[in-house]
Amino acid sequence: MRLLTHNMLASNVRGVTSGYPLKLEATNWCTKEVDLNADFIRGLLPKIDWRALVAATRALNLPELLPEEQPSEEEIFAEGAANVEGSAIRRIHHALLEIHVQQGALICPESGRSFPIEKGIPNMMLHEDEV
Amino acid sequence: MPRPEIQAPPDVFYNEAEARKYTTSSRIIEIQARISERALELLALPNDGVPKLLLDIGCGSGLSGETLSEHGHQWIGYDISQSMLDVALERETEGDLLLADMGQGLGLRPGVIDGAISISAVQWLCNADKSSHDPRLRLKAFFGSLYRCLARGARAVLQFYADNVKQSEMIVTYAMRAGFAGGVVIDWPHSSKAKKSYLVLTCGAPSVHTSLPKGKGEDGEMCSDDDDGDSSGEDGDRTVGIYERNRPNKKQKTKKNGKGKQWLLKKKEQMRRKGHDVPTDTKYTGRKRKTYF
Ligand SMILES: C[S@@+](CC[C@H](N)C(=O)[O-])C[C@H]1O[C@@H](n2cnc3c(N)ncnc32)[C@H](O)[C@@H]1O
Repeated sequence: MRLLTHNMLASNVRGVTSGYPLKLEATNWCTKEVDLNADFIRGLLPKIDWRALVAATRALNLPELLPEEQPSEEEIFAEGAANVEGSAIRRIHHALLEIHVQQGALICPESGRSFPIEKGIPNMMLHEDEV
Repeated sequence: MPRPEIQAPPDVFYNEAEARKYTTSSRIIEIQARISERALELLALPNDGVPKLLLDIGCGSGLSGETLSEHGHQWIGYDISQSMLDVALERETEGDLLLADMGQGLGLRPGVIDGAISISAVQWLCNADKSSHDPRLRLKAFFGSLYRCLARGARAVLQFYADNVKQSEMIVTYAMRAGFAGGVVIDWPHSSKAKKSYLVLTCGAPSVHTSLPKGKGEDGEMCSDDDDGDSSGEDGDRTVGIYERNRPNKKQKTKKNGKGKQWLLKKKEQMRRKGHDVPTDTKYTGRKRKTYF
């Protein structure tokens, strides 16, 4: 599971009104390189919950990767930024698309229900009494 | 072979052996790829070359998702079968995978997804695999959550195999109740084998752009790969049943079309007695004919 998916996922347990954001616990994660596409990031960014993304990077013990406040669009999409090591867009791209959580759990903020992540796949199946 | 949906629940039916076929049967791979391409076409994403964030619902081993990746899109796949997802891991699909039951709802934030496809999966929702399952509630949960997670104006294209008209109507009804506009596009409606139904849904108020696209082969043109199927003998494909579900079985055929040679000869004799000009009887009279349309 990448942080992009974590950013979109909410808990679906019956009775929960805001199952978002799911608290991330990771015991194992890895990175895989993906080509950066600035247009994709541009389309995606308005839909990203920045605070949840930052919280996820902190949960992975990467406090330096993203700033608390979302950088401005001007900064993110500045001419040539994609080619600059350590630029905002590169970091955002890395955080969203290149980090794969292999093992851990997602925890519903409201019910405390824990959804295990194994082999990179979150198990979101609900028990009968949770539907 | 009865259809897979009545044999066992999906997480049981799609066990390791069944999942294996999705990497080894070139026939299945090709068919799924072709359907996925068509679904992506019907999704009618803006032609701007910008990758989108899509869903693949009932993604299985990732065959359908691979098509999305080939077009550069990012995707999140949902499947209820661990075995199918294991195969997807093996194939190193590029999308993210979730072990989840679409009948429980998709559990996504509102308005964040650019489009969704589902290939040969939603008909499973018409079954009650557990005593606690109510197909109506599950369809409602699925379509409701799908509607909410899609961005305004986004589409979902769901290719499905309905067992009968009632099932098909039930699926469409729940999609419309969730707020979707759209309907079913049928490709190759005159071919028992190549016929495919796509539920094409648009999120948000209907606009000029929401008119349904035409199905392929609607005007009687036949699909070139109509005769592909039976070459698959060597795979011993049990799953063939899934893909040929719409072929009427032999019994139905004779009931509908052929009343039999005896009946025909009697009818001709009656007409002759009434003084009509009737062709003479030959060895070809009332013979079995192939079903061309
Ligand atoms: C015929 S396979 C197609 C797989 C894939 N879309 C492809 O084209 O290769 C149908 C898939 O739907 C999945 N499925 C069935 N019911 C489901 C449910 N309730 N939730 C999620 N997936 C389901 C099955 O596990 C199976 O992998």
